[in-house]
Amino acid sequence: MKSVLAILTVVVALVGFWYAACVPMNIHEAAMQAQRAGEEVTPAEAPERRHMGRISLALKNTGLWSTVFSQERPQLPAPHQVAQEFWKTTWGMIERGRAFSKRSLILHGWITLSATLLGFAFGTALGIVLAVSIVHSRAMDMSVMPWIIASQTVPILAIAPMIVVVLAALSVDDIVAKGVISMYLSFFPVVVGMVKGLRSPDAMQMDQMKTWNATRAETLWKLRLPSSTPYLFASLKVGVAASLIGAVVAELSLSSNGGLGARLLAGSYYGQTVQIWSALFAAAALAAVLVWAIGVAQKVTLKRMGFAQ
Amino acid sequence: MNNETIPQVGPPKAVVEARGLDLTFQTKDSPIQALKDVSLTIEQGDFVSFIGPSGCGKTTFLRCIAALEQPTGGNLTVNGMTPDEARRSRAYGYVFQAAGLYPWRTIAKNIKLPLEIMGYSRADQEERVKKVLQLVDLEGFGGKFPWQLSGGMQQRASIARALAFDADILLMDEPFGALDEIVRDHLNEQLLKLWERTNKTIAFVTHSIPEAVYLSTRIVVMSPRPGRITDVIESPLPKERPLDIRDTPEFLEVAHRVREGLRAGHAYDD
Amino acid sequence: MMAWVFGSLLFWAAAWALNVRLSRLSAPWVRFFVPALFGMTVIIVWEGMVRGFGVNPVLLPAPSAIAATFVGEIPTLWGDLVQTFFKGALSGYVIGCTAGVLTAIAVDRSPFLQRGLLPVGNFVAALPIVGMAPILVMWFGFGWQSKAAVVVVMVFFPMLVNAVEGLRASETMQRDLMHTYAATPGQGLRKLRLPAAMPFIFNGLKICTTLALIGAIVAEFFGSPIKGMGFRISTEVGRLALDMVWAEIVVAAIVGSAFYGAVALAERVITFWHPSQRG
Repeated sequence: MKSVLAILTVVVALVGFWYAACVPMNIHEAAMQAQRAGEEVTPAEAPERRHMGRISLALKNTGLWSTVFSQERPQLPAPHQVAQEFWKTTWGMIERGRAFSKRSLILHGWITLSATLLGFAFGTALGIVLAVSIVHSRAMDMSVMPWIIASQTVPILAIAPMIVVVLAALSVDDIVAKGVISMYLSFFPVVVGMVKGLRSPDAMQMDQMKTWNATRAETLWKLRLPSSTPYLFASLKVGVAASLIGAVVAELSLSSNGGLGARLLAGSYYGQTVQIWSALFAAAALAAVLVWAIGVAQKVTLKRMGFAQ
Repeated sequence: MNNETIPQVGPPKAVVEARGLDLTFQTKDSPIQALKDVSLTIEQGDFVSFIGPSGCGKTTFLRCIAALEQPTGGNLTVNGMTPDEARRSRAYGYVFQAAGLYPWRTIAKNIKLPLEIMGYSRADQEERVKKVLQLVDLEGFGGKFPWQLSGGMQQRASIARALAFDADILLMDEPFGALDEIVRDHLNEQLLKLWERTNKTIAFVTHSIPEAVYLSTRIVVMSPRPGRITDVIESPLPKERPLDIRDTPEFLEVAHRVREGLRAGHAYDD
Repeated sequence: MMAWVFGSLLFWAAAWALNVRLSRLSAPWVRFFVPALFGMTVIIVWEGMVRGFGVNPVLLPAPSAIAATFVGEIPTLWGDLVQTFFKGALSGYVIGCTAGVLTAIAVDRSPFLQRGLLPVGNFVAALPIVGMAPILVMWFGFGWQSKAAVVVVMVFFPMLVNAVEGLRASETMQRDLMHTYAATPGQGLRKLRLPAAMPFIFNGLKICTTLALIGAIVAEFFGSPIKGMGFRISTEVGRLALDMVWAEIVVAAIVGSAFYGAVALAERVITFWHPSQRG
């Protein structure tokens, strides 16, 4: 319970800092609007203000501070503005029966989520199969494993636009194209984690299997796979987050069919900052829910297997 | 500073004085009384062993002397000051169960660690390291790293570290517990020789009856639930003790008394 | 044309058989040769398939074409590298990682703040932070500064989490020892907690090398002056000049592994004492 208070304190502090940051970030726009409305601004003319630092301008115009929290196109939207937009495009849409309209974050979230889950499922399956083969074949281990470890240092996301375009040219469904990138990104943590996990039983346990004349398949099912469960869940958490990022970045190049990445891109083209922030929050919320869901599955599974404390 | 044996002048000084010491730990389930009404005086030059089963409070008492724990009742002074003041005046050296040497420092640099913190000059540090390595028979190993040494040697280095600065009190918490018996015998012998040469006051916590009887001038038997002193035995054995003394009838008698004390405190129950 | 296909498949079979044989040996050169042979096999099969099946170079260029483009475009590739890596990724990396470690030291005295920061930090580190790129481009402009800003945001939290864990890593017993020496908190920090934290800090530094490069490249997808690796990739994809895209990816792969390798080397030197480095 003590942690909850600590977490709340940090979150409140961050939100407070955010509100405070809105003042210098939005002050130039606020000054411009005030000037147009004929109000007092120090200094009064725009050219003079252009080269002023944000903080000094804010300090000179404390009267304008209250207006920075409700601008239409703020440089930095206030937390409540983001929350309002988020609400409007999610629950608000549901209430009006338009949950899946083009402006609804639920629709876009669903598009991104389906690509993420598709890629994640295949990436995990492929990762486990590859890990099993690496652990059982020295040739695979020595040929492939160094490349897999090395590839973790390569910025794979950079390939995303290319893969997406090539697959689109081959008339592959958008969701599959995005899924391929998600699959690629979630595959690596799963392979690395599962190899560690499949090799985690200690020498004593392996020797015991030998004394029982167990085949390699039996050892795999009865010893290696169960022992690797904690490692698997740790990799799944990393993998699902990577999957989501992959889907979002892929959508930057495939924006015509929606998705959170597409909303991000659209917002940045039309200068709709609040839209960008709410899309970002939707992605963050999605990531949080996915990681949390795996965490729950982890707790339940590990408890039943006697791993958890 | 000269660490040769100094002839005693006047009555022996009380180095540690505990009177009615209490310590209760608040845990999630229920409070645990680690120490109840512990009263003891340790005099200058004593070698006092604390023996008892787990939970009898021996380590807790040692940690109270070191100001690593705070008693919840009673009175405790070290060198006439509160334990924390004694700590700040660097009155004692503490040796833990594990060597706890820093793996990124050589043995020599590990021994220099307290000296650096306490502000000794570079030249002084070098001299002390040399002297103390000699004392524990680790000459020539100053340049090695801890993981290059065996468990016994690491523990010797840890003792050397506790001796490097001029603390007159040595607090040792089961320092040889993790070592095998042969190494232990050897280190026991060396510790006694060291004590004779430096005349420090040593408080020593152990699980081993022969070790307690072999090393000490006084044996404090403790028992758990609540942690308390069951018996204090003044050892009749002479100060000069070869290892063979462990087979003599006098030794066995003292060991027997210790065992009786442990039984009386229900050490062998449950 | 099919000769290419059969030839490469044959090579694959032979190379694999050789690798199976070699993997039974334990000489040190084998550890390099086997994966190298595997890598070469992939490239040869790729070349064979592309030539043999006449794959459209717009979809998948052959390795030979990529190599040719690479060699021919070295000035452009170098300019992109300087813009993205040296100016954007590296500066953001240094600022972000330093800030992470300093923040960890700052909250070191308050277990309360640590208990709050660790879960929040872990949470933020899992978020698609790279999505903040358009916002940061809006604030800092098109130049390398916005890319550096993206990198700072991406590496700060993972670095902070690792540094906090590292500072907590010194065992209770060693901290008690410091207490018996009446060491000041500053002495404790310098002589015990920071050296003991180094393995964790380097773990964070290694993770952040990848994040830095990804952040800089992806940030460039959102707006960049006419150079930069991300810029080049997105525009060349738009022109369907995929051989140039692959050339940039090769550069990214080389730089990514070199960057990681450099940090791993520093790790070996500074944390020479840690069991993982003693092998």
